[in-house]
Amino acid sequence: MNAPINAPINILGRLLRSPAGVAGLALLALLALAALSAPLLFPGDPLAIAGAPLTPPFTDPAFPLGTDRLGRNVLAGLFHGAQASLAVGLAAAAVSIVAGALVGTIAGFAGGLADEALMRVVDAFQTVPGFLLALAFVSVAGASLPVVILAIALGAWTGPARLARAEVLSIRERDYVAAARVIGMHPAEIALREVLPNALPPVLALAAVIVGNAVLIESALSFLGLGDPNIVTWGSMIAEGRNVLRSAPFLSIVPGIGLVVTVLGVYLLAEGLSDALASRKARP
Amino acid sequence: MRAPLLAVQGLTKTYRSGGREVKGLDDVSLSVAAGETIGLVGPSGSGKSTLARVVMRLIEPDAGTIAFGGENLGALNGKALRTVRKRIQMVFQDPSAAFNPRATVADVLADPLRIHGLASPAERPRRIAQLLDSVGLSANLAARPVHAVSGGQRQRVAIARALATEPELIVLDEAVSALDVTVRGQVLDLLVRLQRERGLAYLFVSHDLAVVRAVSHRIAIMDRGRIVETGPAGTVVADPQSETGRALVAAIPRLHISHLNREASQNA
Repeated sequence: MNAPINAPINILGRLLRSPAGVAGLALLALLALAALSAPLLFPGDPLAIAGAPLTPPFTDPAFPLGTDRLGRNVLAGLFHGAQASLAVGLAAAAVSIVAGALVGTIAGFAGGLADEALMRVVDAFQTVPGFLLALAFVSVAGASLPVVILAIALGAWTGPARLARAEVLSIRERDYVAAARVIGMHPAEIALREVLPNALPPVLALAAVIVGNAVLIESALSFLGLGDPNIVTWGSMIAEGRNVLRSAPFLSIVPGIGLVVTVLGVYLLAEGLSDALASRKARP
Repeated sequence: MRAPLLAVQGLTKTYRSGGREVKGLDDVSLSVAAGETIGLVGPSGSGKSTLARVVMRLIEPDAGTIAFGGENLGALNGKALRTVRKRIQMVFQDPSAAFNPRATVADVLADPLRIHGLASPAERPRRIAQLLDSVGLSANLAARPVHAVSGGQRQRVAIARALATEPELIVLDEAVSALDVTVRGQVLDLLVRLQRERGLAYLFVSHDLAVVRAVSHRIAIMDRGRIVETGPAGTVVADPQSETGRALVAAIPRLHISHLNREASQNA
């Protein structure tokens, strides 16, 4: 419909009243700030050698978090890594939500053979663990940022698809869908304008969880050396630090903290979001 | 007698649940003339809502024909069906379920105007204000979300939506059952007034014989998927022939009957 203005504002308001939601938003805002300010604070290539190798943290004011084995600035890597992690996480979540919601809506709305066929495809994808699927896809297609994003989405779109289908199945029986048919609305318009927007909120709550998983999978791929080699990611930084884990553990710990903070922020936001959505449902 | 506006013949619909067959509709035939109100009464589960939805082509019957205003409504599909829908509209029982939860009153009324090309985008606000006025609502309501207006107002919006395409027949499926008593009276008055002004026909589905008696010209009584009795409203209520009819009449509160009879004689 044309003016669904007040619903999102209500959800935002309730999100801001839940402690988990506020904490999650704050952490993610911090990360977004780091990601956005990375090219301003640390212009130039974060993969370039900047100083003496293996400078410990808090010793050289030029490198507050020290340098790695090749003398690269860890703080710059952390900031640029935030960019890569958030970009991959958001893009993978967006791709899987859009693909999943469309497939789920079509399956639920069309029913019959189309539903059966689509859901069997979903089953097939769900039997393979998401990480293995991503691993296999990247090893075949080669490591680059778009491939990594697609690889992660490949394992993540089934959740949104199932959820969207379940929502659509319940919504399509409601009177307002019957009312839309009665006024002569085209089935495609009913699916996309009456059903899909109302099936979306629970699917969007899932988005946060997908972003968290995507960040972790991307790091794991990078850790295994299957990330885009031209981009600093926290996973590749941890892999790099692993070689000197005993002498310079900070090289693994610093990006590890970045990961923990990101995933924690995302999950807290998801928690707050599902609370906000639940209270919307509780009201008549 | 002129050809009726709506004529259904031999409609049958069987539901299967857990190996058991339930006859939702069992060889139902019924006709509605232009400008006429047919009351469709029956206990819960008698198939009256199923009949309403089959007439609206929301449920597909297993057998039977639906003829509407010279068209074979039961056989239409796709675009042809969507075009005919303009002439036959429906008001649902629960006004809180019958609207997209994200829509404003203006959205709800603009949709049928847009879909059937009845008003250009520039004309729509004026048409929407007219529609609201015709159901006794203020044009100021247009910008409000449907879910922010009261139940009685919402049912008026539902009626306005049904009127938007200027239909010849409106199917009212328990349209006043969810409303409280005073609001119900107002909405019934509104329906009767609209019928007088526009020559609308109603298929008025309700479990409440007293309400049906007040607005209908003819009454059909349903039970277990069959129409067990049809006749002029006064006759059916005064002297029901079927067992179901007698049970329904017996269930009308006494005070209500005398009041309705007086009202009916004034209307006649």
